Amino acid sequence: MPDTIKTTPLNGLHRELGARMVPFAGWDMPVQYSTGILTEHLHTRSAAGLFDVSHMGQLLITGPDPAKAIERLVPADIAGLGEGKARYTVLTAEDGGILDDLIITRDAPDRLYVVVNAGGTEADLAHLKAGLEPEHQVAHLADRALLALQGPQAVACVARIVPEVERLGFMESLVTTVQGVEVRVSRLGYTGEDGVELSVPADHAAKFARTLLAMEEVKPIGLGARDSLRLEAGLCLYGHDIDTTTSPVEANLTWTIGKRRREEGGFPGAERILREIAEKPARRLVGLRPEGKAPAREGAEITTTDGTPIGKVTSGGFGPSVGGPIAMGYVAAAQAAPDTAVHILVRGKPLPATVVKLPFTPHRYARRGA
Amino acid sequence: MTTRYTKDHEWVKVEGDVATIGITDHAQQQLGDVVFVELPEVGTVVEKGGDMAVVESVKAASEVYAPISGKIVAANQAIVDEPGSVNLGAEGDAWFCKIEASDLSELDELMSRADYDAFVATLD
Repeated sequence: MPDTIKTTPLNGLHRELGARMVPFAGWDMPVQYSTGILTEHLHTRSAAGLFDVSHMGQLLITGPDPAKAIERLVPADIAGLGEGKARYTVLTAEDGGILDDLIITRDAPDRLYVVVNAGGTEADLAHLKAGLEPEHQVAHLADRALLALQGPQAVACVARIVPEVERLGFMESLVTTVQGVEVRVSRLGYTGEDGVELSVPADHAAKFARTLLAMEEVKPIGLGARDSLRLEAGLCLYGHDIDTTTSPVEANLTWTIGKRRREEGGFPGAERILREIAEKPARRLVGLRPEGKAPAREGAEITTTDGTPIGKVTSGGFGPSVGGPIAMGYVAAAQAAPDTAVHILVRGKPLPATVVKLPFTPHRYARRGA
Repeated sequence: MTTRYTKDHEWVKVEGDVATIGITDHAQQQLGDVVFVELPEVGTVVEKGGDMAVVESVKAASEVYAPISGKIVAANQAIVDEPGSVNLGAEGDAWFCKIEASDLSELDELMSRADYDAFVATLD
């Protein structure tokens, strides 16, 4: 473990709660608490799970119309985003690969709030500063913690301390004051469940976490269950399912590219990305259900049923809510249709698997009008 | 009848020339929720240190190495059918397989319970 490992404001609380700590992207993070990943996963799907996601980078971009300016770096429609609305997108490279995935919230005409991956924070800061205009300020909110409360009871729990949360629909955000402290509440997350992310000052984070954990519905959840929850929800993990070698079209993220952006282009990698939208990509990220109980892990080779290599598993494991092994991986376009039979090589043996539609477990977001 | 332990966190209980093999309680705790077990077929000949079984938790896959050389004479189908039982009875009902030992002197290289406990105490 490098001695420069970073700790979140909740490090002491994690240890007090009996967490098993592991290094993750340079941070000392809880992988699980005493009851284990299965229980934590199922608890999040049935009640409310509290995640410390303070390792993620929280950025604030201010200046003249930053929503328009940031469109030079991402393929999403950010200029068309209403105030208080958030959108999932990716920073693309000139060759159409993905530099990081992020959520951008349009706070005000002159302000964006951005959350990026822990491992990408430094590079993303530099990339944003270089790609925006000199009159834009990009600040790293290193003095703030980020808590996620996810699950069907999450909003009801948060409403006891931040009643305004009930006004929010999925992918909406507001800033308010709770007991004299500035708190940002966003109705989003990365588990496939309804839920909330709370950005709070670092020195108040433990107090908020303890208040939530004191509620009967709430249990602390580690990175292990965070990973199985997002995999069941079919959500990409940067560095695994998406990276600089994968395009957003290959990664099934075409839905994040706005109609106007497809017509206008003007983002890095537009040439490849728009061509792949028009002509279909040569490979695609798909869901995979291995037969039987053996999980297929990241890196396992995917072949046709007659043994021709067609791709690799990028995330794989056991889905506690599915009750069996699940995986995602890239396969050649000809094998990407749901119900296609494939093989995955697990410990040298071909394991029969089926291409399935993602997600593995239905999303239960609080969409407006839904 | 003696039980010996390995640095790979296996226990080996010897009766005559047949050794029953399992993983220790420490091992199951470190693995977390076990979701898959693959055992060798009866009749397979294994060599000390070679691949014998696979145990997978939600998090990761781990190889279980043969602690001694010999022939597999029994495999515990119950833990294949119900992998979670490894978490409940690692040092009891949830044994992995039985090996007819080809060289009982290999057991001398394994640890006593006291030595194993001391070894575990040195870990993290």
